[in-house]
Amino acid sequence: MLRKIGIEAIEVRKVQQLSKIDGLIIPGGESTTIVKLLTRFEFIDHLRERVTSGMALWGTCAGMIVIARELADPYPIPLNLIDISVARNYFGRQVDSFEAELNIEGINGDPMRAVFIRAPIVRTIGKGVTRIASTDDGQAVAVKKGRVLATSFHPELTSDTRLHALFLKLAKEAQKDPRLNRSSERNIGSI
Amino acid sequence: MATSTSNGTTSAQSWKEMSKPEVGDWRVKGGLAQMLKGGVIMDVVTPEQAKVAEDAGAVSVMALERVPSDIRRDGGVARMSDPDLISGIIDAVSIPVMAKARIGHFVEAQILEALGVDYCDESEVLTPADNEYHIDKWQYKMPYVCGARNIGEALRRIGEGAAMIRTKGEAGTGDIVHAVTHARQIQADIRTIQNMPAEELMSAARDFQAPYELVVEVHRTGKLPVVNFAAGGIATPADAALLMQIGVEGVFVGSGIFKSSDPAKMADAIVRATTHYNDPDMLAEISRGLGDAMPGIEANKVPQTEQLQTRGW
Repeated sequence: MLRKIGIEAIEVRKVQQLSKIDGLIIPGGESTTIVKLLTRFEFIDHLRERVTSGMALWGTCAGMIVIARELADPYPIPLNLIDISVARNYFGRQVDSFEAELNIEGINGDPMRAVFIRAPIVRTIGKGVTRIASTDDGQAVAVKKGRVLATSFHPELTSDTRLHALFLKLAKEAQKDPRLNRSSERNIGSI
Repeated sequence: MATSTSNGTTSAQSWKEMSKPEVGDWRVKGGLAQMLKGGVIMDVVTPEQAKVAEDAGAVSVMALERVPSDIRRDGGVARMSDPDLISGIIDAVSIPVMAKARIGHFVEAQILEALGVDYCDESEVLTPADNEYHIDKWQYKMPYVCGARNIGEALRRIGEGAAMIRTKGEAGTGDIVHAVTHARQIQADIRTIQNMPAEELMSAARDFQAPYELVVEVHRTGKLPVVNFAAGGIATPADAALLMQIGVEGVFVGSGIFKSSDPAKMADAIVRATTHYNDPDMLAEISRGLGDAMPGIEANKVPQTEQLQTRGW
């Protein structure tokens, strides 16, 4: 998907790789599993430092849960990389998963087809965080603050690349950020 | 996921549109399997075991009354688990919960869907309820995973609506040999189909006993149209990494966790090994001091009549 829009993408499996990227995508998966593996392989401090220094970050579904400030459940403990509180499995179990058309701020043209799988929603939003998409009944399902993006749904499951392009813009900004100390080659990572 | 190709041949989306109207439904079903990729799904028989699995980093658990090695030992008819047990496990964890229905037993499947099970395994590990037909899996909102030993079996199951495939292996033996055989066979079949000229695909569909549209799809993409995991006999972190290196997208571990001497440790190690399957130094570290793996049975010595993998049509 990223390659389709001309991005150099790497799969991040080791913490050292975080220094080689301008943007990181934490995709869908199981949030409990992702947080456990991030902890076990000692990613968290380094990831926090890179995001604080301006690296672009995008969490989708489980990724949104992982980067939130607070969850309704006692675990997993999220990483607090964006000031939102999140309710997991808000719509129910797998049999309640669905697709919907979404209008997203900053995305021109037709609404996006969004795939929600055991999806979370954003309950509360902190200062400086903007809501960029809502469901018909008014639940926040996409938010942004600076170069950090979080979506409840899975743009990685459809062929629409418009949100990816938006994230690419954030990563390009990050590349020019002197705090990140990035060289000229451009990379986006996905864990 | 491609929606159309320039020369107008069948694509992933269009065969699904032809077979069933609810494309979204299909993407939502297959999508969950996509989210499990790179992960480990563990068999559990109690809520406590489910917690151990979740804590170890399992991406999903399979709720069962008995693990396959016990089913094999006990003999008799193996059926769907008690709804109380399944609900207890659903309540205990936040990861998705799978459960097994007998081959062809669509009422067991209806019950599992009513219980809110996230994925149904129409499984050869249970005693088949139908000697000829599998469940019409399109009729459910609940997605299905099914076992396969070769491409024909895999594509027949996908044609019936399965949104995820796993190798059958020989469940409950702790012997990896048949899972390896099945994973390699499916890949060999895919290579064969991929390298054929288009005019040979219809005869290939006949020979593989697979739906033509899906054979065309495999020819075009060089892979199965759904996620493909390994199952049946995985007992160590090295076993999991072996299958991952052969090219599956994740693993099921049945008896291998809770029949080992230290389940929490084994579960943790198999999760790590599945993440770092390509890193021998890591795998060496991960494999240290795990205690005893499950006691095994040499799968090649299991008489044909007692094999589970031959169930399914």
